[in-house]
Amino acid sequence: MHFTLRIWRQKNAQDQGHFETYEVHDISPDASFLEMLDVLNERLLKEGKDPVAFDHDCREGICGSCGIFINGRAHGPLRNITTCRLYMRHFQDGETITIEPFRAKPFPVIKDLVVDRSALDRIIQRGGYISVNAGSAPDANAIPIPKPAADRAFDYATCIGCGACVAACKNASAMLFTAAKVSHLALLPQGQPERRERVKQMVMQMDMEGFGHCSNTGACAVECPAKIPLTAIAQLQRDYIWANLTPDPYTR
Amino acid sequence: MSDVLTAPSPITTSPLSWREAGLLEQNRCPSGDLEKRWTRHKDNLRLVAPHNKRKLEVIVVGAGLAGASAAATLGELGYRVKVFVYHNSPRRAHSIAAQGGINAAKNYRNDGDSIWRLFYDTIKGGDFRARESNVYRLAEVSVKIIDHCVAQGIPFAREYGGYLDTRSFGGAQLMRTFYARGQTGQQLLLGAYAALQRQVAQGNVQVFYNYDVLDIVVEEGKARGIIARNLITGELHRVAAHAVVLGTGGYGNAYYLSTNAKLSNATAIWRAHRRGAYFGNPSFVQIHPTCIPQSGDYQSKLTLMSESLRNDGRVWVPRTPGDKRPPQSIPESERWYYLEEWYPSFGNLVPRDIASRAAKRVCDMGYGVGPTGRAVYLDFSDAIKRWGREVIYQRYGNLFEMYEEITGESPWEVPMRIYPAVHYTMGGLWVDYNLMTTVEGLYAIGEANFSDHGANRLGASALMQGLADGYFILPYTIGDYLASQLFVKLSTDTTAFAETERQTQDRINRLLSAKGTHTVDEFHRELGKVLWDTCGLARNAQGLSQAYSEIRNLRERFWREVAVPGSGAEFNQNLEKALRVADFLELGELMVIDAYHREESCGCHLREEYQTEEGEALRNDDKYAYVAAWEWGGENEPPILHKEPLKFEFVKPSVRSYK
Amino acid sequence: MDTTANTAGLGWLHTSVGRKVVMAVTGIFLMSFLVVHLAGNLLLLRGDGGAAFNAYADFMSTNPLIRVLEVLLFVGFVVHIYQGLYFISKERRFRPKGYTLHRPQDNTTIFSRTMRISAIVILVFLLVHLRHFFVEHRILGASLTMYESCKLAFENPFYSAFYVLSMILLAFHLAHGFHSSFQTLGLIVNRRIDRVVRWAGTAFAFLVPLGFAVIPLYFLFQTLY
Repeated sequence: MHFTLRIWRQKNAQDQGHFETYEVHDISPDASFLEMLDVLNERLLKEGKDPVAFDHDCREGICGSCGIFINGRAHGPLRNITTCRLYMRHFQDGETITIEPFRAKPFPVIKDLVVDRSALDRIIQRGGYISVNAGSAPDANAIPIPKPAADRAFDYATCIGCGACVAACKNASAMLFTAAKVSHLALLPQGQPERRERVKQMVMQMDMEGFGHCSNTGACAVECPAKIPLTAIAQLQRDYIWANLTPDPYTR
Repeated sequence: MSDVLTAPSPITTSPLSWREAGLLEQNRCPSGDLEKRWTRHKDNLRLVAPHNKRKLEVIVVGAGLAGASAAATLGELGYRVKVFVYHNSPRRAHSIAAQGGINAAKNYRNDGDSIWRLFYDTIKGGDFRARESNVYRLAEVSVKIIDHCVAQGIPFAREYGGYLDTRSFGGAQLMRTFYARGQTGQQLLLGAYAALQRQVAQGNVQVFYNYDVLDIVVEEGKARGIIARNLITGELHRVAAHAVVLGTGGYGNAYYLSTNAKLSNATAIWRAHRRGAYFGNPSFVQIHPTCIPQSGDYQSKLTLMSESLRNDGRVWVPRTPGDKRPPQSIPESERWYYLEEWYPSFGNLVPRDIASRAAKRVCDMGYGVGPTGRAVYLDFSDAIKRWGREVIYQRYGNLFEMYEEITGESPWEVPMRIYPAVHYTMGGLWVDYNLMTTVEGLYAIGEANFSDHGANRLGASALMQGLADGYFILPYTIGDYLASQLFVKLSTDTTAFAETERQTQDRINRLLSAKGTHTVDEFHRELGKVLWDTCGLARNAQGLSQAYSEIRNLRERFWREVAVPGSGAEFNQNLEKALRVADFLELGELMVIDAYHREESCGCHLREEYQTEEGEALRNDDKYAYVAAWEWGGENEPPILHKEPLKFEFVKPSVRSYK
Repeated sequence: MDTTANTAGLGWLHTSVGRKVVMAVTGIFLMSFLVVHLAGNLLLLRGDGGAAFNAYADFMSTNPLIRVLEVLLFVGFVVHIYQGLYFISKERRFRPKGYTLHRPQDNTTIFSRTMRISAIVILVFLLVHLRHFFVEHRILGASLTMYESCKLAFENPFYSAFYVLSMILLAFHLAHGFHSSFQTLGLIVNRRIDRVVRWAGTAFAFLVPLGFAVIPLYFLFQTLY
């Protein structure tokens, strides 16, 4: 197959950045999108040119490293998939493909298609965990958890932290990301002691990082490779309202 | 230390060789009752008082299961921890891709499981090439891992009563594998990551994102810090600490194509090796039989398909070599179900290594299918006929979808094509019972060390080992060493730091100034092919010695002809890759030497000269019941072999039989 | 968002999530007003020369309870509009450099994408509507009865067309807003409730504006035939 690629090139965070156009030929329809970029980069290297920088690692859709805005969509034209699991057979032969980095204020571009997503880690630092030290846990079966609760918590826990929800959202909101973690822990008995404070703190950090508000368009869930459902956001909302509206029963 | 800058001498004269040193007996393993060893050992370790822990700095390299859990736990204890990861977040390490589960001797099933049985299965699965003390300890702490992970909120699979569910896994007759759907590794890693983030919030741990650790600084025989490159700015940093922990994973990417993540590399452990850490059993590499085969030269990695597929799929190739007909139109009489023919009693369910080797054999004979001829069919049509679509969908639906997504072919219509692929390295830095390498104050944990799996790892044991090391072993044993470091003043203004940094800078400069015409990947692919062909599923002396000279030749060409444009003072992914491949080229040589020297077959290591008539591995316990711990011999000098004898006081090595 | 906001007390209403809650609460309140308003308006169709409708209008403008609610309603509108404008004013901040090619049509509904346009049209409609009926009758004290006012207005094809168009955009606004409000209040607990609310939202967004739109069309067609 043959493609015309319009790729965003930006030397570093300070650079203005611009589009450059490349032609790639003889691409196998079974090549993944990243492998197609590999082919382009091999050629650029041989020509002594700077290859296109992009994040990637596991290339099987679980590490959350890759993330490219392709033809107007986060992770490309398919739903619920990572860039590394997008294959060239999903494009038309001869098509022009527009390739941009994920864009959001909290995701500054590092180079070309690589952005800094550490803001997501800082949201987790505000409470996306259960405070337990190694060694202090009771027997694993000491607390039974209803299977449906465990299953549902699992659905929310599968977030891979790729940032596609932010990239797809018109307001660059990190609600689906934050809500996935809040909901995962809210559904488990282990998560209860810190539940009120967790949701307040994580929402505050989300705002401080410069992510936008959620307007329930649902674009995030369509692009989410982990298929985190929108009910996560409802859960966060519920917990947040509850935590702020009801008096904390433990304060004197 | 020899000058790192010296280019390997042009392909030469020096044939494959090594020097032998004496026995390596000091491994700090306790003696006495197996069940009491770890407890007694812990009781005798030196302690560091809480107010002193704050004065001690520890560097942890890597944040996979082992690194993240170790860093979090050390932070909880009160040490000052600095974590270095080359990823953009400590949640991306390849532990995240582990699917199956994690073993633990909980005996929740009441099926007779015990610490002893897990210990025995692991020792036997490793074909009696691992230490009894270490493996027993692993089985012992496995129980606490599950407790801790559940307390962290990891959503393991549960029964309707609310209690934990378990399933069976290869190599065991018990159901002791805990799992979280097909994403156990992800859930466990995110648990460790969350614990780590909590310590970051509390100020005990600092995480340095986008930093590649390029060398270990050793002062007076002790690990004193690292040289790390900021991947964004290209700057080299000197970082000092009282101890350094390497949790950098395995080196399966030496083969270019593997199921490992693209960035997984051996640089930190290889540099540590060159600074004095011995390398244990470098040729012990596990090859997984059911992966989606390579479809072209552009392919960058291989994807694992769960081994469970072989429960219902039948493996075959056309009886005529090079038969290009579509598989559906090949009549039954012209299909060769070679596994069923060769292993009538186990059929398609032979163990991993047998299945892998058989696939290679038929493809070598020219029967392979697919565009590259390196694949065999895994056919579900009989199973679909017998059980119906619904049942098969329940069992394998998600795997079928994943296969179709990648290959564009539906396993409902066309048989799957599969081929074996490299996915785990049992070898790694040699460590003593305290997980310390032969460099004092330098520790290796998780897949980066060689310790617990012998010559073959059982499924669902990698997660167990990574977390055992990180949560429950290293945090104790490292204190024993740190207690002696309390009064050491840290400084990066030393000749050792300056010299190590200079050597790293020289290495970078040399790569940048080569200005050759071949890309890094071209060399990497070539190295991978040599290793795969000679040091992969089956090995023999002739192939290995030839591989040795090919790799040396390749290494020499690499430094002359590699193309690394751009500069070192910027974000330069190709330079990162070049530095890694340079180290793989050196490691590849050692892997080949190790495979050559071990004149027996055991576990993953099949030497064609040493097999039974039926092609089974022929172990030689009299001569090779030892760990090969290799010492760096110096630039262009042969490596030095230290043998750590393996004493089996509690189990009797037996022949693994699948008949 | 207002990152310096103190989240103690009512400060939480200034976070991104809190502001959404304000939007949702006022939204639901305004939707309930629409139902009451529509119920009254349908009296115009009784064919009794406006007797019932005029009585209703009279009640609405004199009953003290209603007068209090009227103030609340006014506040509801203002807050809803203020929050909307606040969100719009901040939007560019979250993505200072936009995408060159962005295809939200592939992952969102047309209703959610047009919230801003529908809001503006409804706001204009509201102002015209208030000028025409509220200001005219309650402040200036028109000589016509309310029924006559309506009849006159709706017999004007331009006014009726504007009215119907506004109702279509109201339908758009509700098609997203109804479900969105419940989502924001955290009431969409599971997929089943989600389906029910989506269905109810669609029905509401279709029927309420339709009910309003029928009235001018009724008067208009009466003049034609």
